Amino acid sequence: MAIEVNGKTYETDEEGYLANINDWEPGVAEVMSKEDDLELTDEHWDIINFLREYYEEYQIAPAVRVLTKAVGKKMGKDKGNSKYLYGLFPYGPAKQACRYAGLPKPTGCV
Amino acid sequence: MSETVKNFLYLNRKAPYGTIYAWESLEVVLIGAAFDQDVSLAFVDDGVYQLTKGQDTSEIGMKNFSPTYAALGDYEVKKIYVEKESLDERGLSLDDLQHLVWEDEDEDYAEKDSIHLVSRSEMAALMDGADVVFSF
Repeated sequence: MAIEVNGKTYETDEEGYLANINDWEPGVAEVMSKEDDLELTDEHWDIINFLREYYEEYQIAPAVRVLTKAVGKKMGKDKGNSKYLYGLFPYGPAKQACRYAGLPKPTGCV
Repeated sequence: MSETVKNFLYLNRKAPYGTIYAWESLEVVLIGAAFDQDVSLAFVDDGVYQLTKGQDTSEIGMKNFSPTYAALGDYEVKKIYVEKESLDERGLSLDDLQHLVWEDEDEDYAEKDSIHLVSRSEMAALMDGADVVFSF
């Protein structure tokens, strides 16, 4: 599979995650979210950027429970909870946001 | 709940690269940690190399996954046992290993050490006390 962003074609796996994390550009998230009929707001971008920073530091995409806790620590408890995060990413904050962020599917997600 | 929680000990014996064991073990630990089990990690023999600082895999074409050990605290893995004799035999000390911590939410995210240095006999007792030992 592949995704087309600004005239460039990037390879994706069978679930739509980027095959190569280095292919990522913000346009990837824009195109993917459009396919999901989701409009990205600053709040979405906060989470996407947070995930990219997390991956940069630890070389893994965090499980949803870990993401929730880490967001709570960094951005406050009002954002570090499932309700807020699922509100932003209805298909699952870890799974969907990681895909937009160009990360692999979180370890332990089925 | 308490009666269903088992002590899982993940025993790591091999150097980080060259075989897939170390990475596989780490992945299983991260997956398993989602299931609220009592998880401990043990590093013995060449396994102690997995925790060394300053790993550089650029020449061998493998991903350097050593930064991922620092995420274990986020996954509530707080008990990491390193065998002192294994370090000694390899000319290593605790200073050669990453400083791994977990954050205690109840104490305003105070950082606490995850790595515990144990002797060979203490390690044997840990294995003996575990309900399940996964050997990698």
